[in-house]
Amino acid sequence: MTGAHPLLSVRDLTKSYGTRRGCADVAFDLWPGEVMGIVGESGSGKSTLLGCLAGHIPPDTGRVVFDTRAEGPRDVLAMAEPERRMLARTDWAFVHQNPRDGLRMGVSAGGNVGERLMAVGARHYGQIRAQAVDWLGRVEIAADRIDDKPRQFSGGMQQRLQIARNLVTGPRLVFMDEPTGGLDVSVQARLLDLLRGLVRQMGLSAVIVTHDLAVVRLLADRLMVMKDGLVVEQGLTDQVLDDPQHPYTQLLVSSVLQA
Amino acid sequence: MTGAAMIVVRDVAKRFTLHNQGGAVLEVMAAASLRVGPGECVGLVGASGAGKSTLMRMIWGNYRIDAGSIRVAGVELAGAEPRQVIALRRATLGHVSQFLRVVPRVPALDVVAEPLLSLGMDQDRARAQAAALLARLNIPERLWPLSPTTFSGGEQQRVNIARGFVHPWPVLLLDEPTASLDAANREVVLSLIEEARTRGAAILGIFHDEAARARVCTRLVDVSGFAVAA
Repeated sequence: MTGAHPLLSVRDLTKSYGTRRGCADVAFDLWPGEVMGIVGESGSGKSTLLGCLAGHIPPDTGRVVFDTRAEGPRDVLAMAEPERRMLARTDWAFVHQNPRDGLRMGVSAGGNVGERLMAVGARHYGQIRAQAVDWLGRVEIAADRIDDKPRQFSGGMQQRLQIARNLVTGPRLVFMDEPTGGLDVSVQARLLDLLRGLVRQMGLSAVIVTHDLAVVRLLADRLMVMKDGLVVEQGLTDQVLDDPQHPYTQLLVSSVLQA
Repeated sequence: MTGAAMIVVRDVAKRFTLHNQGGAVLEVMAAASLRVGPGECVGLVGASGAGKSTLMRMIWGNYRIDAGSIRVAGVELAGAEPRQVIALRRATLGHVSQFLRVVPRVPALDVVAEPLLSLGMDQDRARAQAAALLARLNIPERLWPLSPTTFSGGEQQRVNIARGFVHPWPVLLLDEPTASLDAANREVVLSLIEEARTRGAAILGIFHDEAARARVCTRLVDVSGFAVAA
């Protein structure tokens, strides 16, 4: 599973909003097959960081080097816009907290999945539909719902559909922003199980922003803790949670309510 | 001792700094050293609070090593990258903890099969091996499709043990593997440990059950000597 290069190599990533710090001096290497969690309270800069990594927010400084299939490591920030957009449609995926931000609500479930395939050049209707059915099955949406629109789905189903839409093109890197936020606990568990299975089967790497420490413990190999735009601690997930070193991480871990 | 030691702990120290309690510093361990070779089962002994669990956690990698060196199958854990520890845990370093931590809703059978799946075994074979172990540990077949989060303490512990023995890890850490088990299941677990030892695993464990300790351990290490005097 471990290649010669990190899949994603980030250095000196900084983004300010005027005088306010979004995130500053972020650096890490993400290796193939690794899942990294980013935790921190609201306003800690975790969503800004995710946005900068995924190309949604232009950072002020820094490098985001991705190991591309064709040409090896390339600085994504230095790419031309069309090239970056192609990368975002093929090798990358972005799962939004709110499925409405990642789905086309007026298009059928099958259309939502098929659209992403067509964006990378698929044209054969039968094959697109077959792949859509296959992916709906993998995320546990019954085949007879393929022509329904996402607005007829529950929140958990919408989220699973968003995951299918994102993973159908076989990306190597998935960004997720609070993927289980806003879902019932029972639905969360189902989604976690699904994500773990997909990560294992597809050898995916992922960066997951969440405020839920239980979610990162079950999903992430490694963990980054952010406060006021800075990374205050990072390491193996269970080491950061069981033996936190930074005052803020200690506070975060000791504040979790035991169910 | 046969062959090169699989666990080598040298001059390890551990302290906790409690930033939210006035920055109190607890020095809990100093100059801890031990070795475990293939085919050995070493029992950690010492009073409660002497640091048995702390030492086990540093070897598992979820406690940071403040000074000294811990090598597991040649891999240095002090300052290791997360991916090195993850690779070690996947194939080499097994662990039976006291508590089962799983995604709710996942069937017991898949919880046990998961380590094999992450090693790349196909699902049918992995499930067959998981099933054999669950059967041996007397978990009724009707429970296999259910999430162990709903099981009794003893059943959860046996699922945990099945998961910890499903792959022949060359190094095994056992934290109270026979706690909360009845006599019959205790017997099964002790046999599993003996079999692992016989196949050459290097085992380090905490056993409060003295009879169990006497039966499976080839050697004892008292951690009291590693504790920092208060």
